[in-house]
Amino acid sequence: MDVVVENLPLFLEGFWTTLRLAVFSGALALVLGTLLGACRVSPIPPLRGLGTVYVELARNTPLTVVFFFVVFVTPQLGLRLPFFPSAVIALTIYTAAFVCEAVRSGINSVGVGQAEAARSIGLSFNQSLRNVILPQAVRTVVPPLINIFIALTKNTSVAGGFFVAELFNVGRRLTNGHATAVTPILIGVAVFYLLITVPSGLLAGRLERKVAIAR
Amino acid sequence: MTATSEQTPSPGEATGQPLVVLERVNKHFGDLHVLQDIDLSIASGEVVVILGPSGSGKSTLCRTINRLEGIDSGRILLDGQALPAEGRALARLRSDVGMVFQSFNLFAHKTVLENVTLGPIKVRKQAAKVAQDSAMALLERVGVANQAGKYPAQLSGGQQQRVAIARALAMQPKVMLFDEPTSALDPEMINEVLDVMSTLAKDGMTMVVVTHEMGFARRAADRVVFMDGGRIIEQAPPEKFFTDAQTDRAKDFLSKILTH
Repeated sequence: MDVVVENLPLFLEGFWTTLRLAVFSGALALVLGTLLGACRVSPIPPLRGLGTVYVELARNTPLTVVFFFVVFVTPQLGLRLPFFPSAVIALTIYTAAFVCEAVRSGINSVGVGQAEAARSIGLSFNQSLRNVILPQAVRTVVPPLINIFIALTKNTSVAGGFFVAELFNVGRRLTNGHATAVTPILIGVAVFYLLITVPSGLLAGRLERKVAIAR
Repeated sequence: MTATSEQTPSPGEATGQPLVVLERVNKHFGDLHVLQDIDLSIASGEVVVILGPSGSGKSTLCRTINRLEGIDSGRILLDGQALPAEGRALARLRSDVGMVFQSFNLFAHKTVLENVTLGPIKVRKQAAKVAQDSAMALLERVGVANQAGKYPAQLSGGQQQRVAIARALAMQPKVMLFDEPTSALDPEMINEVLDVMSTLAKDGMTMVVVTHEMGFARRAADRVVFMDGGRIIEQAPPEKFFTDAQTDRAKDFLSKILTH
């Protein structure tokens, strides 16, 4: 375990980068995914089509391929970004598709009568969604969203292969220098991931209870 | 095949130009021709009760008036204006048409008071205080003011339906649609809802009511419209309809309903 203790600053740096990747991508994916979810239930057919095409493309493409496109292909199109923002974009694109589907299933879980009542008092589609449907969808959306966030946290390790010095990247570099201590290093890496994912799970439980009472 | 008992239905005391007009309205659900060449004109202040066996299209007819159901052909005019297809214009029009559902459909995550103020605040852009004051007055009027802080699930069915009526009234609608408002209620709660509706009718509200409550139809309606198989079969003032129905289908329906 000495390797981990000796290189703690490096681990912490990697952990910090992983945490930032997860939080930034998670927040952006939540916004983008919710907008896409709204598109998928929209009364306007082109918006529905857009949502569907996005989900099918982003969800069914391996994350590594998405990274490849963002990191290597977009610079050729004249859009040159540092590696960290590129990684956030790739993770956001990929994760938003899953968020979209979670939000859509949440919207569908709210009875159709609620939407009819909302429209009947003259609320527009957007107002109905914001004031009536989404607040009620939250309670069914929280558990799958936390799952998605945990998956996202682990997916940030892909960024390590694309020049971002996050946890996994740190671990790999350390194993190169300490061939005899591979196991402790990898355990160290795993523990740091757990520091993010386990509290997320606990937070999910609390959130679930909270939205359940608010009903 | 439409045997109308009067050429021009002249409703009770209702006067003025027609508020709701349906012209040759047709609608299909797949192969089912659920509304067939519906012509109906409702005057301002008139209370029209739509009767008919289940599956006759009466609920669908009610729901086309604020376009919760689209139509395949024909025209629906509200206060002289054709129903817009979608978007803001339709939302604005819907805000002038109150709707009360069989299953109440109160917003489950909002208190009774918030249910009533949501429309006035978001659609009419009223200040919260103003909306709350008039909402409390409406809740008082339907007899549930003391429940204002509760959530819908904490109320009885009859109370929920009265809140739903208050929610619709808060928009100061030109016409109120009631889609089987008492069908989901326990028998002892039906009257409290019908009483509120009768008062509304007396106060001159234009109402379209789909119901199985024959007592209400007799008491409060200016005109009874009888539907079967997607068509309007007969329409008449309630006394005439219940005592002297003209068509066999209406007689058959009444004999099944009134004798038990």
